[in-house]
Amino acid sequence: MKMHFKIYRFNPDVDQKPYMQDYHVELEPADKKLLDALVRLKAVDDTLTFRRSCREGVCGSDAMNINGKNGLACITDVAGLKQPVEIRPLPGLPVIRDLIVDMTQFFKQYHSIKPYLINEGPKPDRERLQSPEDRKELDGLYECILCACCSTSCPSFWWNPDKFVGPAGLLAAYRFIADTRDEATTERLDNLEDPYRLFRCHTIMNCVDVCPKELNPTKAIGKIKDLMVKRIV
Amino acid sequence: MTVPVRKFDAVIVGAGGAGLRAALQLSEAGLKTAVISKVFPTRSHTVAAQGGISASLGNVQEDKWEWHMYDTVKGSDWLGDQDAIEFMCRQAPEVVVELEHFGMPFDRLENGKIYQRPFGGHMANNGKTPVERACAAADRTGHAMLHTLYQRNVRAQTQFFVEWLALDLIRDAEGDVVGVTALEMETGEMVVFHAKAVLFATGGSGRIYAASTNAFINTGDGLGMSVRAGIPLEDMEFWQFHPTGVAGAGVLITEGVRGEGGILLNGNGERFMERYAPNAKDLASRDVVSRAMALEILEGRGCGKDKDHVLLKLDHIGPEKIMSKLPGIREIAIKFAGVDPIKDPIPVVPTCHYQMGGIPTNYKGEVVAPKDGNPEVRVNGFYAAGECACASVHGANRLGTNSLLDLVVFGKAAGNSMIDFIRNERPALKPLPANAAEFSQARLARLENQTGGEEVADVRADMQKCVQLRAGVFRNSENLARGVAEIKAIAERAKRTQIKDKSRVFNTARIEALELDNLIEVAVATLVCAEARKESRGAHAHDDFPDRHDEEWMKHTLYDGQSRQLAYKPVHTKPLSIDYIAPQKRVY
Repeated sequence: MKMHFKIYRFNPDVDQKPYMQDYHVELEPADKKLLDALVRLKAVDDTLTFRRSCREGVCGSDAMNINGKNGLACITDVAGLKQPVEIRPLPGLPVIRDLIVDMTQFFKQYHSIKPYLINEGPKPDRERLQSPEDRKELDGLYECILCACCSTSCPSFWWNPDKFVGPAGLLAAYRFIADTRDEATTERLDNLEDPYRLFRCHTIMNCVDVCPKELNPTKAIGKIKDLMVKRIV
Repeated sequence: MTVPVRKFDAVIVGAGGAGLRAALQLSEAGLKTAVISKVFPTRSHTVAAQGGISASLGNVQEDKWEWHMYDTVKGSDWLGDQDAIEFMCRQAPEVVVELEHFGMPFDRLENGKIYQRPFGGHMANNGKTPVERACAAADRTGHAMLHTLYQRNVRAQTQFFVEWLALDLIRDAEGDVVGVTALEMETGEMVVFHAKAVLFATGGSGRIYAASTNAFINTGDGLGMSVRAGIPLEDMEFWQFHPTGVAGAGVLITEGVRGEGGILLNGNGERFMERYAPNAKDLASRDVVSRAMALEILEGRGCGKDKDHVLLKLDHIGPEKIMSKLPGIREIAIKFAGVDPIKDPIPVVPTCHYQMGGIPTNYKGEVVAPKDGNPEVRVNGFYAAGECACASVHGANRLGTNSLLDLVVFGKAAGNSMIDFIRNERPALKPLPANAAEFSQARLARLENQTGGEEVADVRADMQKCVQLRAGVFRNSENLARGVAEIKAIAERAKRTQIKDKSRVFNTARIEALELDNLIEVAVATLVCAEARKESRGAHAHDDFPDRHDEEWMKHTLYDGQSRQLAYKPVHTKPLSIDYIAPQKRVY
């Protein structure tokens, strides 16, 4: 199958400004996913630069903007894509080279919510007990792979990446708030009580639309907002 | 050209489960620790582990670490070191509880304890009946563990060097390890990391095979660096083929599917494992199941129009269990096999999955190498843990869920050994040799100036085809001898690879060329070691020598990468506290 790609190129070493490069490639029957096609392109043009690792949608390396929508190349069926397939880096973050963005700001926001269990009580000899129902509260939250598809599809994050935590960070914040083993809910809510950090979410729901793990950050954000309201009244 | 030097107490290369667990130990002890990783930590391949982490918690039915140890020794086909195996199985409950305390979101039983499921080769009463020993977070246990360990390191303020590729190990004139060189991908600059102790936790190298469950990043970087620094590799002939890789795609389907009741069917719709392992059936050890599947396919009882795979059926366990305990598998089956396992079986084939061999260590995580007639002399300042290391707890065949356990037990143990070493033996940095970065600089310069060489992708593809064809599930003398000759020729070509991209900034062509240097060392080691072992043991199934031969071959292979010569060393038959588990015929 012959396919036509238009791929965003920028190498600060040689390019004054970014441009879109056309690639025409004959795909083999084994090339099922977009990542397979990109690997095939790279075998011909080794300057084409992108991140990839697990190739099964669990490491979160190969997030990119595919025909206008963020997604993971390794789980995107290449045959179903409208041609020419336009591939760009994730929007809103500085481009290092080609499809590789600088994710510093994204991880800074993730780190800002204290993404670790806080429980300073004495540790029992055995595991702490948690009922299956309480554990179920973490489903749909802990599975995040930090690919940044959601945050970089969010207009609020584009305008205020330094101030708005963004959907990925807020999903993680709620993952710990929802964990019955965590004792820092008050501190976590205080940390988000701010006109920007939480409340810049205007429920546009792009994050839900693009999440490759089918998670729902908007819902998690709503639950944090509910808790904020509850503690006022 | 002078290369900048950065000084640390400890440097860890690799940020998967083993590297992060060690980092936590060192950071919390207040040591200045750098973790170098070529990917952001949560992208490490530990993230892809699915089914569980083993520990004899006994949450579902009675279990003992002694039974876990018996299963691991038997699983290893008596090539595992029994002191290291005892250490790991005894530590298991403690390190798993620790993960829970760190916040790992394990699934739970009705009584609130950690959920445990059966897994291949894990039995009660020294091999009698399957026991629930695999502690699981759905079928995303590796993801849950890796993220938890990363999060805990954020809390401990561990210093990460993300998207840096370690290039070479630095040893001084006495052979002591004093640091590593590493390349920052974003800038293309090289730095010397000068350290009192260095840990390799660089993972496996399954990408030497054409079909592998492994990520692109599993290129054996620690093994390549060790070989280039004159450290031998141990037991490199032993590669695990996971029974259930998605046919065609290679993506892993956890053994946990069979732990939850899934079964394998051949082209006649027969549950063929009943013939090969009447007791454990589909939950026999991985080498046993993979060989049975390969035989079914070879003998014409495969499935599909080319009869080239078997089927993993799980619809009978019900949608509820699939949705709650195996949601990731369902997602993978839909995306990579085009079937919904709630309705249809998944086409699977044995697929290269895990490297049992690696950098030789003792159970403290210290790297050991032969010196003056002693096969196990500590290499001062050098540690290894996880898949890149050979402790040896997995011997000739690893049991499922023992890999995640290996990471946290030996990551922690290596961290503790490093703390002791730094505090008691090397409180000050040992001086760097004058030419510390010269070797790495020469490698980069070679790549920069190479003309008339071959493309990295072409040489890599030929290497992968060769290893796949010559060192597969079933091996024979003729095939292996051919493989040795072929891989040596490919290794010569790899010395002259050429890249078109000469840019400094995030040059992934350069990274792939440097990774190929490492892969090639592992591929040559694999074929040379496999060709020499004239018996069948664990994952090394030799058609011309179908039996295990303990008198002659119950010994570890040591491969010297510079001469490509082999030596052997005895298996540790003495456990730490209990009686020796003597070799028996291995039936499941």
